Amino acid sequence: MMAENDRNLSIDDVRHIASLCRIGMTDEELERMSAELSDLVGEVAYVQSIDTSGVGPMGHAADSIDTVMRDDESSPPLSVGDVLANAPRREGDYFRVRAILD
Amino acid sequence: MVDLTSIHYMSVREMSDALAMREVSSVELTQAHLDRISAIDGTVGAYLAVAGDEAIAQARAADERLTSGTLTPLLGVPMQLKDNMSTRGIATTCASRMLEGYIPAYDATVARLLANAGTVLLGKGNMDEFAMGSSTENSAFKPSRNPWDTERVPGGSSGGPAAAVAAGEAAFALGSDTGGSIRQPAAFCGIVGMKPTYGLVSRYGLVAFASSLDQIGPMTRTVEDCALVLGAIAGHDPKDSTSIPGALPDYTAGLDAGVEGLRIGVVREYFGEGIDPDVAKTAQDAIATLEGLGARISEVSLPHSRSALAVYYIIAPSECSANLARYDGVKYGYSDPDSEGIWAALEETRRHGFGPEVKRRIMLGTYALSAGYYNAYYIKAQQVRTLIRREFTEAFEHVDVLVTPSSPTPAFGLGEKTEDPLAMHASDLCSVPANIAGIPSLSVPCGLVDGMPVGLQLLGPHLSEQTLLRVAYAYEQATGWHSLHPAI
Repeated sequence: MMAENDRNLSIDDVRHIASLCRIGMTDEELERMSAELSDLVGEVAYVQSIDTSGVGPMGHAADSIDTVMRDDESSPPLSVGDVLANAPRREGDYFRVRAILD
Repeated sequence: MVDLTSIHYMSVREMSDALAMREVSSVELTQAHLDRISAIDGTVGAYLAVAGDEAIAQARAADERLTSGTLTPLLGVPMQLKDNMSTRGIATTCASRMLEGYIPAYDATVARLLANAGTVLLGKGNMDEFAMGSSTENSAFKPSRNPWDTERVPGGSSGGPAAAVAAGEAAFALGSDTGGSIRQPAAFCGIVGMKPTYGLVSRYGLVAFASSLDQIGPMTRTVEDCALVLGAIAGHDPKDSTSIPGALPDYTAGLDAGVEGLRIGVVREYFGEGIDPDVAKTAQDAIATLEGLGARISEVSLPHSRSALAVYYIIAPSECSANLARYDGVKYGYSDPDSEGIWAALEETRRHGFGPEVKRRIMLGTYALSAGYYNAYYIKAQQVRTLIRREFTEAFEHVDVLVTPSSPTPAFGLGEKTEDPLAMHASDLCSVPANIAGIPSLSVPCGLVDGMPVGLQLLGPHLSEQTLLRVAYAYEQATGWHSLHPAI
């Protein structure tokens, strides 16, 4: 069980998490999120009090499925026009992205 | 002939029979629903988009098929799809700014199956953004209202579909259920809602939220309708690697076989702390009715299942943080117009595209999966998940079906819980365990508390949908709650 204060997320903690998941936040948003996330983490930290020694993790409930392999058969793909129809920025038959290097 | 002014509360079965007998055409039926939507959806807010012209065209095609004599049970019946199911050529937004104006290039498998069955798509149902919420107040566009009392929420996240079916704005709807998002709104709006066994219904084309938990299911006004719709959408799909192979039963067969001798376990943990006493009493009355019909009632304890809410709020946000990483403003969806470089554009796109609850869950999941916390939260939650499933497996060695209330309270007021995420999460207390274990579960109306509907939740082992439907049908026919409708 972790100490109580480990569950309080500082503004720096929240800034780090926001950078990991690429969500821009103002200082005000960071402060609010720090309080809300601390509450949420406090809620779910309850699982740490449960004895799970010798218990394996369960990743999914797809019990009846023995294999996800299928026959290697091709089928017609979506047309280029369909795939690009929702592109916010497009150049010919390509998605246009903004500069990656400064 | 059928009275078109009251047609909106006929069951799917009754509509289907009237269509087959040529007492009504699909165009008339569809137009009656479009009129109903025009009249009341400004108040209810069950639809994000109404596809009126397309619906009439589909109804015409259904009428032609009816003339040629190729009858299927759902042919010509108008319905709604929750707005997280992809529909080719019709906007699919997940009630998010991030997907505003997004037009899918393909149909979800369930949309295709229902189109092939000849149903008519009226439009897309409102929901909590990306299916995250329990009241439909997290929709980026508008809240939906409960048709029984428009100052209250319809539940969520499938609040639009639940309200539409309850108010006669669709003959049936499909919802999705990650932690109760079909069953809780079904209970709040007085309709039947089923979350099938994990893998029974294809999720191809369902916008992913938490992939180990998400499942699509029917929302209907009667149990028989639930069986009819389930039969149309269940089955293996090569496009969904989690879908279960093998032949399926006729879900309408044996509906009326009764509950004589069936072993029903009452889960002790869902009748005390955290449950509204009037809701508990209503569910207990329903259990007494089932006992009167010949079921053998016993008490069962599932102590680990009370941890399911904490497990859920680790696993679901973790999976959502991965699934929603795809919204980068490059291939589709909202893209911040002002940023110069790609990294700033990403951060601003996600800042403006996602609402507060979606951000909270992505952040919580990112935290639970991040270095130093992964074992303490994510792996630990998966271990407790094993314990919860094991507990259900053991319980089903002694009983055929488990019962609880569908939600701890009746529908709450609009705005009552929006500032308190933890209180909102508690609304999923009864429904989350079925998703954690991957088992089927159904909510059936079991009475009113203060004039608002309450649901009885049935849970069964893997692939026990027929049994759940049989119990729900016996209860429904004995009590007739399904014939009550809101005054709207």
